[in-house]
Amino acid sequence: MAGAAGHFGGTNKAGGRVGTRDPRWMRWGLTMVAVVFLAVMLILPLVIVFATAFSKGWAGFAAAIAESESWSAIKLTLLAAVVSVPLNLVFGVAAAWAISKFEFRGKNLLITVIDLPFSVSPIIAGMLFVLLFGAHGWLGPWLAARDIKIIFAVPGIVLATVFVTVPFVARELIPLMQAQGREEEEAALSLGASGWQAFFRVTIPNIKWGLIYGVILCNARALGEFGAVSVVSGHIQGVTNTMPLQIEILYNEYKFVPAFAMASLLVLMALLTLVVKHGIEWRAARSHAQTVDETVGVAATA
Amino acid sequence: MIRHSIARGIVLSGIAALLISGSGAAQAQTTTLLNVSYDPTREFYEEYNPRFAEYWKGKTGKAVEIRQSHGGAGKQARAVIDGLEADVVTLALAYDIDAISELAKLLPPDWQSRLPHNSCPYTSTIVFLVRKGNPKGVKDWNDLIKPGVSVITPNPKTSGGARWNYLAAWGYALKHNNNDEGKAREFVAAMFKNVPVLDTGARGSTTTFAQRGIGDVFLSWENEALLVLKEFGTDKFEIVAPSLSILAEPPVTLVDKFADKHGTREAAQAYLEYLYSDVGQELAAKHFYRPRNTEVLAKVESQFPKIELFTIDAMFGGWQKAQKTHFAEGGVFDQIYKR
Repeated sequence: MAGAAGHFGGTNKAGGRVGTRDPRWMRWGLTMVAVVFLAVMLILPLVIVFATAFSKGWAGFAAAIAESESWSAIKLTLLAAVVSVPLNLVFGVAAAWAISKFEFRGKNLLITVIDLPFSVSPIIAGMLFVLLFGAHGWLGPWLAARDIKIIFAVPGIVLATVFVTVPFVARELIPLMQAQGREEEEAALSLGASGWQAFFRVTIPNIKWGLIYGVILCNARALGEFGAVSVVSGHIQGVTNTMPLQIEILYNEYKFVPAFAMASLLVLMALLTLVVKHGIEWRAARSHAQTVDETVGVAATA
Repeated sequence: MIRHSIARGIVLSGIAALLISGSGAAQAQTTTLLNVSYDPTREFYEEYNPRFAEYWKGKTGKAVEIRQSHGGAGKQARAVIDGLEADVVTLALAYDIDAISELAKLLPPDWQSRLPHNSCPYTSTIVFLVRKGNPKGVKDWNDLIKPGVSVITPNPKTSGGARWNYLAAWGYALKHNNNDEGKAREFVAAMFKNVPVLDTGARGSTTTFAQRGIGDVFLSWENEALLVLKEFGTDKFEIVAPSLSILAEPPVTLVDKFADKHGTREAAQAYLEYLYSDVGQELAAKHFYRPRNTEVLAKVESQFPKIELFTIDAMFGGWQKAQKTHFAEGGVFDQIYKR
């Protein structure tokens, strides 16, 4: 950062070195502020989570995870992610495709609706489901008569997770697909490709990095969602507690090692997600550079 | 290639979902009871449940598994009304169960006469938990309205314990002001001016006070206060017994509609009755509830501070009336907390 600033100052002759180049103490001071801030706000809490989780060694950590209620919370969280991510993948691609490649009435409304889960507080999302499926909700009596449980049961948890993760894939794809326009698809169609062929051979390869990125974000939120899920959970131990809910319960029961063991597991999942994301960004950048090279190469030979 | 891997991903995840959800249905042979309870009973029921399962197995040969749900009592009652299918509820105060009866008609209105002692197998009271050495010199309720004394209590709107706190303070003020309601109101208003945070449940407040170190006095369930001493050590906190407090009666009852729907009435009823047995009473005492059984109580009496206790019926004319006057929308609590 400091290097870049120095370089910039050096080349900008018109403004003069002194005017644009920050004094040494300021550069160092600002850098230190940033580093200290990062350390205190991000690194230290992470260290504390892991230190507490392993404060009774590996055995304590393993015993905490192996406890049946914690284990069922892990399974429920994974289930919620495993259901909501593919659903939102399909929905997100379909919505982004419709929005970016076609003109239709109500398009802006659709964009707004997709954004809704971003803009409302998760507790409202949860309450919405209670109002809809609760015993006295709109569909409650109908569901009760058929003995279908949604709220305070696993389906409610999954639904709430799907709801809060709806925007991630679509929001990632819409600007990308809009920027790409529809010329390539039109070209494919004019060369005789079917709609599906154009979609799988042209659209998907063009958006694949954005798509994967959206899926990763969606997955991260699905694993970590607390608010909406808390409202519809009913907190039945061993049945409707997800990992974030179980962490809160364990903490409130003064079981700090198990609470932080679960927390560290969740953090690990998040870190893994970020590592994958980083790898994908790196690959995306490389493949982008490659295509640019190829295009330049083709243009040069032509 | 991408098409295949996406399709495969969806199929695989579908299978995984089926497997995970299917594993729950396989154990349908054992009776499962859901006990929806309030915050500070976690440790008690955690120990009571296996003891009851053992007893039930010996008596009937049937296996029973008890699931727990804990939270602020008001919030828990709300969840049952919204369709959380509890076989039994063990909440912090009678009004929350009245609400379930009134709003959702899940149990008869006379539920409280179905079990001995007003359906309250154990009682408790409200005491003060202060930091070691009692640096602010808190001795009784009138110390809580002094400026600079920070008081921790959960929100009476969502927490049963907090409603007991509030009524205990009100009762004390009435008694010391010749039953002057206006003076009592001023007293409680002044006390709530000293409250910096209102958590939704008793356990949240305990964490605020004990873990986060906020506040000078924590108005607490007696059992919760004794638990804190046990968990955090007597070198950090101490209990102050006020001159007067309220007899807190946390009731239990069967949720008829859900128990009948699940076919668990028999086991659920036995689950509640077993709370009155020597085993249940001794466990309650072990977790710092005051047992109803006088013989069991005599054995553990020394662990409880001696406090003069009044009942809600004598001082406030019962929960229905107290709820309507103090905690209903626009009631006295709303009025004093707004200012």
